[in-house]
Amino acid sequence: MIAYALRRAAAVVPILFLIVTASFFAIRLAPGGPFEAPQALPPAVRANMEAVYGLDRPLAAQYVNYLGGLLHGRLGPSLSVRDVQVSELIAQGLPVSATLGLASLLVALLAGIPLGIAAALRRGRAVDHLATGVAVLALALPGFVVGPALALGFGVHLHWFAAGGWELDARHLVLPVATLALPTIAYVARLTRGSLLEVLRADYIRTARAKGLRERQVILRHALRPALLPVVSFLGPVVAAVLTGSLVVESVFGLPGTGRYLVEGAIDRDYPLVMGMVILYGALTLGANLAADLLHGWLDPRVRHD
Amino acid sequence: MIEADALVSAASPARSGGPAESRLWARLRHRRSAQLGAGILLAILLAAVLGPLASRYGYDQLDWHHIAIPPFSGEHWLGTDRLGRDLAVRMLYGARLSLAIGLTATCVSVVIGVAWGAAAGFAGGRTDAVMMRIVDGLNSLPYLLLVIALTTLFGRGNPYVLFAGIGAVGWITMARIVRGQALSLARRTFIEAAVASGASAPRIVARHIVPNLAGPVIIYAALTVPQMILFESFLSFLGLGIQEPLASLGSLIRDGAAQMGSAPWLLAGPASLLALLLLGLNLLGDALRDALDPRG
Repeated sequence: MIAYALRRAAAVVPILFLIVTASFFAIRLAPGGPFEAPQALPPAVRANMEAVYGLDRPLAAQYVNYLGGLLHGRLGPSLSVRDVQVSELIAQGLPVSATLGLASLLVALLAGIPLGIAAALRRGRAVDHLATGVAVLALALPGFVVGPALALGFGVHLHWFAAGGWELDARHLVLPVATLALPTIAYVARLTRGSLLEVLRADYIRTARAKGLRERQVILRHALRPALLPVVSFLGPVVAAVLTGSLVVESVFGLPGTGRYLVEGAIDRDYPLVMGMVILYGALTLGANLAADLLHGWLDPRVRHD
Repeated sequence: MIEADALVSAASPARSGGPAESRLWARLRHRRSAQLGAGILLAILLAAVLGPLASRYGYDQLDWHHIAIPPFSGEHWLGTDRLGRDLAVRMLYGARLSLAIGLTATCVSVVIGVAWGAAAGFAGGRTDAVMMRIVDGLNSLPYLLLVIALTTLFGRGNPYVLFAGIGAVGWITMARIVRGQALSLARRTFIEAAVASGASAPRIVARHIVPNLAGPVIIYAALTVPQMILFESFLSFLGLGIQEPLASLGSLIRDGAAQMGSAPWLLAGPASLLALLLLGLNLLGDALRDALDPRG
């Protein structure tokens, strides 16, 4: 297991390196620059600014320089927010985004898995139809529809929750977390239902029933573990979806997270900020994939020996 | 050569698919969810195509006498926005644009995905390993976020960049599905027969592998359309997609969300239409999948 874990972890490094390299050059290929229109400066000032940030040097030299900084944990200064390091911007926003993301992920798993199990066990009955209906609806209601609707209904009209803003209490957390978790709940429930139905047809389940185990034990001890494997291996894409979704949710509820920096940084041609966001989100996604792989390997020993 | 090919074609399951197709149609027709989905979709399509023709207003036509009036009050059916533009007409144009983008982007992703997946699956061996490594690599990235960053950098509001960006998202899953199918097809006897009769690799892929992939490809393409529409709306919501005075459902929702306190109908209308459209497409896609693959 440890060898497997090390092997998987080692595979992440070259991928991250490729992401950094590809995005560094792709971003520079884009037309425009950080000190051009709309915040146009006199040419002399602009040349000066570019010299200060090293943007006048050859691209290859800048790339080597950037990589060197990365190895020392430096993401560089922001070009659009004066006198602030990219790492400081991330440090300010990350607690908000991480709280939001983790809470949504937890809610999605805690609601989605039981819902999927219930639907699979009572196939074709009311619970199943309810779960399927919720799933279909949730897929048709993207975050940027649900978010404003919830804010309008429960925030502006009913005053149950805050319509926006950030505090660490239920009043401010419930609506954004619900918005972000809803599609993931649907996704997890569908996945759990499908794979549990598949597993329940297996021979060893028939054996377990034949030897007289109670249904509760058959489900919890024998069926659930293999049935949850697909859910585990989809954890990576689910985390990626939550990250993407948080862009919308943070914008809808005006949360001071990191999401806005990706789009704002790209609009402002703030190269270090965009790079920092790509690295942050890339590392998070790869980390989630790695965690899912390890969990999968731990739950299913066959995976370790491929 | 021609004879051998005809022989192979006769053995190829896709060519003897007549009865299977009508069975599929029968299965599909009797599904309530399929009927519902098709009904919703047809209604929206008709409205989107014919509605704007029947209306007196254009999508960018200002009416200074009726600024931000609520629905069902006078001449503007669903009300107007803060510039006095007719919301119903803008929603229908938006649905048109969303549908067009969804279909185009799906075509792009089908073409890339099928070509990539079929080539990898049929080639097998090291080529397959490398091609799928690339797909896995892209899949393990925050790929959407990269596309968002690049779309922003290379041309906000440029429709061609938008099409390419959205189409570039969908092909990955398609390539995986197709590759899996192609891999199992490649081992079948009718492919062996084609190889034995001296058919070239491109010919085998084009004539024997691709036609047999039709089922899964159609299912996944049907499920891709709503995803593409969703992604376009998502980009437009972030202000990166369709720009004023044009409207897509996403950009209308963005405008509506900004004024939901004072003019909630500007949010309610486009949001409901988008939800309905996605619901119809998803219902139809799901029913199609169930009909073709009862196991799933």
